[in-house]
Amino acid sequence: MAVVFKRPDSLNDIPSHYCPGCTHGIVHRLVAECIDELGIAGKTIGVAPVGCAVLAYNYFAVDMLEAAHGRAPAVATGVKRARPDNFVFTYQGDGDLAAIGTAEIVHAATRGEKISVIFINNGIFGMTGGQMAPTTLPGVVTTTSPYGRDVSVNGNPIRMSEMLSTLDGPAYIARVSVHDVPNIVKAKAAIKKSFQTQLDGKGFSMVEVLSSCPTNWGMAPQEALDWLKNNMIPFYPLGVYKEVQD
Amino acid sequence: MEERIVIAGFGGQGVQSMGQMLAYAGMIDGKQVSWLPSYGPEMRGGTTNCSVILSDEAVGSPLVTSATCAMVLNRPSLDKFEPIVQKGGLLLINSSLIDRKAVRDDIDVMYIACNELAMEIGNLRVGNMIMLGAYLAKSGAASIDSILKALPKVLGAGKEKLVPINRVALEKGAELVK
Amino acid sequence: MARILMKGNEAIAEAAIQAGCRFFFGYPITPQNQIPEYMSRRLPQVGGCYIQSESELAAINMVYGAAGAGARCMTSSSSPGISLKQEGISYIAGAELPCLIVNMMRGGPGLGGIQPSQADYFQATRGGGNGDYRLIVLAPGSVQEAATLTGKAFDLADEYRMPVMMLGDGFLGQMMEPVEIPEGVDLKDLPAKPWAAQGWTPGCGRERAVINSLYLDPASLEKHNQHLQEKYDIISAKEASAVCEYTEDAEIILTAYGTMARIVKSAVQLARKEGIKAGLIRPVTLWPFPNAAFNKVLEGGNTKVILTVEMSMGQMVEDVRLAVEGRVPTPFYGRTGGMVPSTEDVLAEIRRLKEAL
Repeated sequence: MAVVFKRPDSLNDIPSHYCPGCTHGIVHRLVAECIDELGIAGKTIGVAPVGCAVLAYNYFAVDMLEAAHGRAPAVATGVKRARPDNFVFTYQGDGDLAAIGTAEIVHAATRGEKISVIFINNGIFGMTGGQMAPTTLPGVVTTTSPYGRDVSVNGNPIRMSEMLSTLDGPAYIARVSVHDVPNIVKAKAAIKKSFQTQLDGKGFSMVEVLSSCPTNWGMAPQEALDWLKNNMIPFYPLGVYKEVQD
Repeated sequence: MEERIVIAGFGGQGVQSMGQMLAYAGMIDGKQVSWLPSYGPEMRGGTTNCSVILSDEAVGSPLVTSATCAMVLNRPSLDKFEPIVQKGGLLLINSSLIDRKAVRDDIDVMYIACNELAMEIGNLRVGNMIMLGAYLAKSGAASIDSILKALPKVLGAGKEKLVPINRVALEKGAELVK
Repeated sequence: MARILMKGNEAIAEAAIQAGCRFFFGYPITPQNQIPEYMSRRLPQVGGCYIQSESELAAINMVYGAAGAGARCMTSSSSPGISLKQEGISYIAGAELPCLIVNMMRGGPGLGGIQPSQADYFQATRGGGNGDYRLIVLAPGSVQEAATLTGKAFDLADEYRMPVMMLGDGFLGQMMEPVEIPEGVDLKDLPAKPWAAQGWTPGCGRERAVINSLYLDPASLEKHNQHLQEKYDIISAKEASAVCEYTEDAEIILTAYGTMARIVKSAVQLARKEGIKAGLIRPVTLWPFPNAAFNKVLEGGNTKVILTVEMSMGQMVEDVRLAVEGRVPTPFYGRTGGMVPSTEDVLAEIRRLKEAL
């Protein structure tokens, strides 16, 4: 009997801790599929964040480091500089990358570190229980914006892909979504392109993945995906923000 | 012997390199030595100083708080370091730039018109070395030859061409002592 | 290598390169800037890499990455910068990664000043960041010793898989003294690091590397801490070190480390000339603290008092009191904020103690 669908080799066969309906699982799978298809598992070193994906080191079947909150791009810099022939990626959420780790991501990007960054933007702090993130949309209720995010008090959401694409260091920056199958297919293509960018020695790359958090958004999984499509995409437009040609 | 020397002046008067050459020369002569600069904002534009110790024994504090000799190249340095010269110690004053006399009468004071003397030998920048030459002749702490051996170590290879003019300056300073 | 005149900061940098360190991550701060400056010049010449990071936070986390990937690496800073690095240092200790961290101390708290100080003793010897951990802390007293201890620091870090801190002060970093840099090691001779992240395939002969300090299960975290403590116990038994001078018949023992110990030694020598039986215990490792050196002089029976001298308001004195256990009085003398006690100041303290005996 022909096998038409299986777990990627680069994903360990263990239960995940992610909530039902969470899109982290989809993105993990896409990353693992890309590692497998590019045949780079044996030279891959991943860096996990602090946040919901903190346990990513258990899931990816590659050498992994777990970084302090926000510091994954600095850790990845150390790894890549020490082992330039290895493939190095970070997997970070929006609290990690766009709040506490803003300096690290900006400077890794502007240095043109030859690393690939997977950036999960679901507009909320998931692991700590649904607090406001730098990416939380205006008006959205969280446990620390109980009256809805008031930009006059809490400031405005931050668009990382747009911001980083103004720098000279990045070679590839794209924003994708995983709210439906056609977009999941596009997301995988972007991740693969990001990985290939590093393998080609072109420089820094980042794929921002708009994701849902049904648990902390207080929605059913499909409802959350619909909310993402109708509310996040208008604020965070999908597309390629930077692509350096040869 | 133990020579505890403070050298002080404006940034750009060669205070630090002169101190380093003295320490290096001491090392070449087989002495225990240390050189400690003042550091931080005061090195930018204002006064600068360094502590140099040449000793037969291991050097204790690298900071000179009681000097056997102070070489002062500007007025603020005289005000700051005259009081720390030990009784019977030596104070060398750049009289080209310093308009007052020493107030101490329990130390050996020598006035050297570094700038005018340097002009006489055709290079204003070696004024500090004239003072160093006088100090060497007074103290016997190191030889002129050792200072000149140390010069390219301190100023960098390729600066050997500066050895002749510095020799002239050191010897001119030494003559003042005779 | 030939004997040359070098700043302490530069000697540490060159000694690190000779010890096989090829990666330096740092951020400028006075008074240690000659280390990053030297590394930025020298590392590219030896196939290494210098990165000036965006912050001390980033620098220490780059060290975490490079160390986790198996490289000999280091960072350096001065007091406020070391405070920022505490996050990463705690992670490095938790993940059991080897590296060298240099702290050329300046006065504090806060932005403090830039003149020499020893006010970070507590921070260095008690861990500094969150959690139950230790650093091996080395306190060189001269430029030569700084160079020699640099190589030893990397070896200790590798042997015990933990961060080692070199604790100096502005004087040690800025001072030039004659130094002979230890001969270089062959990179091929450095210890193998099979635990490091370097790329893994199933069946490659080792387990998949997970460089990590997270243990969500309390029993596992306790076990991890017990493992660390067992390691610290071995280090305490094997690696504590001090230099004792004039202690044999001394009635008055002084104890000080680093630059302060040089000044104290001069004062002890002057006291001896006055007929006062003074001696010096100079801890070279601050953690582990050399308790044995104190026990030895106390068992000798001549010691009547032990004076701790620091450029702080009194930090190491607490370890001295733990070592002495009340057997003799343990007074303290110190200056702080960048004020450096002079030989005369210390001598006056010795005379005062002598009169009171």
